[in-house]
Amino acid sequence: MAMQTPNGFTLDDGGRRVVVDPITRIEGHLRIEVNVDDANVIRNAVSTGTMWRGLEVILKGRDPRDAWAFTQRICGVCTGTHALTSVRAVEDALGIDIPENANSIRNLMQLALQVHDHIVHFYHLHALDWVDVVSSLSADPKATSELAQSISSWPLSSPGYFRDLQNKLKKFVDSGQLGLFRNAYWGHPAYKLPPEANLMAVAHYLEALDFQKEIKKIHTVFGGKNPHPNWLVGGVPSPINIEDVGAVGAVNIERLNLVKSIIDQSIEFTEKVYLPDLLAIASFYKEWTYGGGLSSKSVLSYGDIPEHANDYSGDNLLLPRGAIIDGNLNEVYDVDQRNPEEIQEFVAHSWYSYDDEAIGLHPWDGVTDPNYVLGPNAKGSKAHIEELDENAKYSWIKSPRWKGNAMEVGPLARYIIGYARGIPEFKEPTEAALRHLDLPVEALFSTLGRTAARGLECQWAAEKMLYFYNKLIANIKAGDVTTANIQKWEPKSWPKSSKGVGFTEAPRGALGHWVRIEDGKIDNYQCVVPTTWNAGPRDTEGNIGAYEASLLDTPMADPEQPLEILRTIHSFDPCLACSTHVMTKDGDDLAAVKVR
Amino acid sequence: MTAQRQGAEALVLGVGNILWADEGFGVRCAEAFAATYDLPQGVTVVDGGTQGLALVNDLAQARRVVIFDAVDFDAAPGELIIARGDEVPRFVAGKKVSLHQNSMMEILAVAELMADGAPDAITLVGCQPAELEDYGGGLTPVVSAQIGPAIEAAASEIDRWGLPVRRRASVQPFPDSLMPKEVARAAYEMGRPGADDACRIGDERVLARLTAAEAAD
Repeated sequence: MAMQTPNGFTLDDGGRRVVVDPITRIEGHLRIEVNVDDANVIRNAVSTGTMWRGLEVILKGRDPRDAWAFTQRICGVCTGTHALTSVRAVEDALGIDIPENANSIRNLMQLALQVHDHIVHFYHLHALDWVDVVSSLSADPKATSELAQSISSWPLSSPGYFRDLQNKLKKFVDSGQLGLFRNAYWGHPAYKLPPEANLMAVAHYLEALDFQKEIKKIHTVFGGKNPHPNWLVGGVPSPINIEDVGAVGAVNIERLNLVKSIIDQSIEFTEKVYLPDLLAIASFYKEWTYGGGLSSKSVLSYGDIPEHANDYSGDNLLLPRGAIIDGNLNEVYDVDQRNPEEIQEFVAHSWYSYDDEAIGLHPWDGVTDPNYVLGPNAKGSKAHIEELDENAKYSWIKSPRWKGNAMEVGPLARYIIGYARGIPEFKEPTEAALRHLDLPVEALFSTLGRTAARGLECQWAAEKMLYFYNKLIANIKAGDVTTANIQKWEPKSWPKSSKGVGFTEAPRGALGHWVRIEDGKIDNYQCVVPTTWNAGPRDTEGNIGAYEASLLDTPMADPEQPLEILRTIHSFDPCLACSTHVMTKDGDDLAAVKVR
Repeated sequence: MTAQRQGAEALVLGVGNILWADEGFGVRCAEAFAATYDLPQGVTVVDGGTQGLALVNDLAQARRVVIFDAVDFDAAPGELIIARGDEVPRFVAGKKVSLHQNSMMEILAVAELMADGAPDAITLVGCQPAELEDYGGGLTPVVSAQIGPAIEAAASEIDRWGLPVRRRASVQPFPDSLMPKEVARAAYEMGRPGADDACRIGDERVLARLTAAEAAD
């Protein structure tokens, strides 16, 4: 039956239902159900988080100075950004200012995380939606070399290099017991790249992995260790002592020189490998214009990367803050995370109960009271759901809204806001990329637009690392080596009750932590993560979120092989509780697909 | 075959999410291992958490590897599982929905592709979990009881590789370089808020079990 959502989408839950569920033996995290019509075009989409993870259950009663160490365990990839958001929330609550050097170092760490995450996302998750690894085995190494040299001056591009790689790859694919890269949709008709482009991309898949060992060192230098670098309420934990020597202890000139060389490598890798690959791959998929989601309507960014310490107003944030609604790029609204009328979470379609589910709650007043019930039209049982009833409660994710609007967050949201604000460093590279591909600005509002914005942002972040590196060095040379403010370290210096909010732009979008502190302990802690914004279910009014919107009207070549769904969902860089690392004896499929 | 490997003589890697009950087994083993043994030069202990692909460089460089992890081998809860060499499962999936769904199996496979071959030795010291869905919880007693045998198994394995591992006279705090003290096992488990204060359940199957139990009453 066809129906119209208030935010302008048409849903039709007739036709066949396709269920994509990443379940292994432990319950999965994100599940997508869609209805396809006779032509296999998606006409209804349902996004559900199948796992609950309330952080308040871990943090209540703990020391707020320790919260970062727990929040960085929420997720293996977003560790640093959760830790940074957490220390900002606690500093906000307790009125703690950080030194200028700490701001520069935190920005360097956050930008390094952006670069690292974007590169790994592109090559190790998303590229495989566009690049057919098996096809690369039939590439001509000489032609691959010519292709690579035609798009970039990157030195690793000789015929011999690609031949060696191809042989290495063949050996692995043939080795059977590994079945490397099995479980994918290789040969799917939606793959369009010639074998040579596939081989080039696979080469860069490996080079990107090699490069990440460098970019991680920035966190090791400033956070003292990696994985799980250290953070500190009031600044950063590592002191600066330029005269010091060695690889441990204070940040010294040797360590800073290492950081500089990694920044240079980051800029070079992005300019000579990531962006040329992105544009080359995109040029084969220009007709794949699906997946726009909410991007042409409503986007949100909290903003991040403060120019000066302790000023989180929009004007001081280099990644732009703002909200655009109803596709009106002429008006960018400011965003206030403290205003109880702006950010609210609804649970009408989430497995929680509120006293009054017609209203939303601001995170400072957030309530997490589970209520697991299935709607009358759900199929299967509570312990094993075959098909959800999206007219009832259907997800463990809440529905956050900004002034009642469903919003898309992430690199594309940030670039649209930067573009709408007319900020040259966002607008000009966007226009140049569109010109290169001979595409109109509307092409941005798509799966590929999201993927392109991430690449452009990676380049922006790499260059901004250099900016903050120079700023840090100049400040040290001027005699300021302060990295922490411990004036309010002791709880006796804190007010009896306080509340604070910390926010960042995580690689995948706006991230906020809201904390209440009573008598020196955490009383309530609520995280609203980017994937909550993008993957959340419908709200009381029936507005659909970004994931659901992005899948509508996408044609599928074969519903049994939902490559098109993965392609668009991957473009958001989804992050749910990440713990599906448990080994199984026989390597179960990571995604099960059911078509009914 | 491993001429390119120039990292640790032996890498002892604990993986898992400490916030999810028995999922934390691997990390807690790494913590106990570092606190219990004196290690020779070249043996490195890493708390890998759920770092996923970020661990691949260390794995591709190490000459020998011990992995502590919660494993689903269809065994009884709390059963210790030791697998060596080719018995350690590995494959790369192209269908995962999130980058954060990377399994250890995939990471091992990618590490071998990067290094153009397997390490000289690899041993998985795993434990079948009893409970994964207690968010904010610690290890269950049956799994906790296996930490001692697990780290002993790892120590004798490394010893067999010609790298003498000696038990200290007394357990010492693990080095700060491994893990912040705030999330060490004792601090984590003892600081847990009460069930009345903070609801612990949520996973649909947990709730379904509870609902079934209520119906039976």
